Amino acid sequence: MASVPAGHGSVPLPSSAQPRRSRSPAALLMRQLFRRRLVVLSFLIMAAILAVALLAPWITPFNPMKMDILGRLKPPSAAHWFGTDEYGRDVLSRVMLGARLSLLVGLLVVAVATLLGTLMGLAAGYIRPLDGLLMRLTDALMAFPDILLAIAFMAALGPSLYNVVLALGIVYTPRVARVVRAACLVVREMPFIEAATALGASTPRIVFLHILPNLMSPILVQATFIFAYAILTEAALSFLGVGVPPTTPTWGNMIASAQQYFQQADWLILFPGCAIVLTVLSLQIVGDGLRDALDPRLQKVK
Amino acid sequence: MLVYIVRRFAGMMVVMLLVAMVVFVIARVVPGDPAAVMLGSAATPEDIAALRGRLGLDEPLLTQFLLYLGQIVRFDLGESIFLNRPVAQALAERSELTGLLTMMSVGIAMLIGVPIGILSAAKRGGLIDQTAVGLAMLAASVPSFWIGLTLIKYLAVDHAWFPVAGYGPPEADLIERMRHLVLPAIALGIPNSALILRFTRTSMLDVMSHDYVRTARAKGLPPLVVVLKHALRNAMIPILTVIGLTTAVMIAGAIVTETVFGLPGVGNLIVSAVLRRDYPVIQGALLVVSAIYVLINLTVDLLYAVVDPRVRY
Repeated sequence: MASVPAGHGSVPLPSSAQPRRSRSPAALLMRQLFRRRLVVLSFLIMAAILAVALLAPWITPFNPMKMDILGRLKPPSAAHWFGTDEYGRDVLSRVMLGARLSLLVGLLVVAVATLLGTLMGLAAGYIRPLDGLLMRLTDALMAFPDILLAIAFMAALGPSLYNVVLALGIVYTPRVARVVRAACLVVREMPFIEAATALGASTPRIVFLHILPNLMSPILVQATFIFAYAILTEAALSFLGVGVPPTTPTWGNMIASAQQYFQQADWLILFPGCAIVLTVLSLQIVGDGLRDALDPRLQKVK
Repeated sequence: MLVYIVRRFAGMMVVMLLVAMVVFVIARVVPGDPAAVMLGSAATPEDIAALRGRLGLDEPLLTQFLLYLGQIVRFDLGESIFLNRPVAQALAERSELTGLLTMMSVGIAMLIGVPIGILSAAKRGGLIDQTAVGLAMLAASVPSFWIGLTLIKYLAVDHAWFPVAGYGPPEADLIERMRHLVLPAIALGIPNSALILRFTRTSMLDVMSHDYVRTARAKGLPPLVVVLKHALRNAMIPILTVIGLTTAVMIAGAIVTETVFGLPGVGNLIVSAVLRRDYPVIQGALLVVSAIYVLINLTVDLLYAVVDPRVRY
């Protein structure tokens, strides 16, 4: 029931069978190429998007805020690769600036959710009496579809970039908490924890110095997926007008403000949309790649 | 079985109690006086005091929560501040559209996800499989509102094959209504088909590695019979789970889709309630949608026994 996590990626797929050898060498090669190269490629794309996001204020071809009423709603051209918007602003420059804001929201959400989720998961996994209570709390939070819970928090907190971060951070905390708790329950039973306890190590020392470092791979994988969902959900919130205030050009806001004009000027939604898809897709592929690389069970299979 | 059902219902009640608590807390973390926020800046202190009285905001928090629980148990979700009618009635009026949209979207997601997932597993490692897996990942990365806008632009505006927006005139029949919902259902169905596809594929692969499937093949049964009759039946449980989950997720996804297509459904009600700060509507909608979400998950669990006679609780 509610103990089944909702949403893409975080749902544990039924354990896959040992792969049979693929029929043709061509298919095998494709598989190898697809698996490895694609992850590398996605990683490079992600790095490029991050670089654009970091450098956006200095490398945009035009001032993303500069209006030019005579040059409004111009289709893509040599001067304006992605065209211009309803105020004559350069869409490419705005997509680049949007990368900065959308990735900022994503990263901050990851930071909040990972921090809160890790603490919650460690508490539930290591301190027995807290386990039941904390897990029922995650059940309750996960009984809401994530976009709906985020909307409700935004309704209460009011629209601002940091409230979006807070709302989405809380929404995704249970996903980290569950993963951390599950891994913590395994690690705490290992002999080296027993040894540490026998040596008289304090609880915080055991939890943070001995258990936590062993939970880094599941946390990292989960964080990558949350980064992807956060970007998607932020875009949806902004699109609905309950997210980041409309004057801030995140990708979602750009699409939202293009709603009146996109029937004539489809480039207004095309490019920010592609930016979202490319970012989220790369993140999901990197996440999958990390999971495969970090999961010892899958390594043996190869 | 009966004991199991009772136990699961009890567990569901606990979760719903916590859900009600979360809903209650969300409405109370509003910065400032909720009554003042709801009435806006033009309100007089007398108006605010009157609304505070009506909403019971002057009682202690625990009393407020118990009163709230009492209301919920009587299916009383309070009065909308702007619509001048009970929240439950407003939700009921809008639920037909959202229900129909969700069903059509689930249908589309299943039609895409299940057959391609089966084919993908049957042709494991081949070109079809890799293309399908790649497309599934792509589909899961596309915002549904963006698919919606794109569909409107190319299929409704440029070609006029479908209505651009809305739900048709009030006297429209079911067919006309469904025609208005085709594009929204596609926009909502595509991203959600990805998870169904991946689950179907993995679940089928899992089952197909079992000995009895090899035996069935060795007996010389046609591959189609082996895949569809021997493997699929046993792969159904995880597939069913994910279809249930997807249905629940789509009810929330409808919020966004309804906004894109200007459909007057529950999602539209929620978004306008947020923009107008109509807290009773937000609270009621949250509670009802999460109750449906939890109920769907429970139903899926109970359906296991029907699909797989070996499952005994």
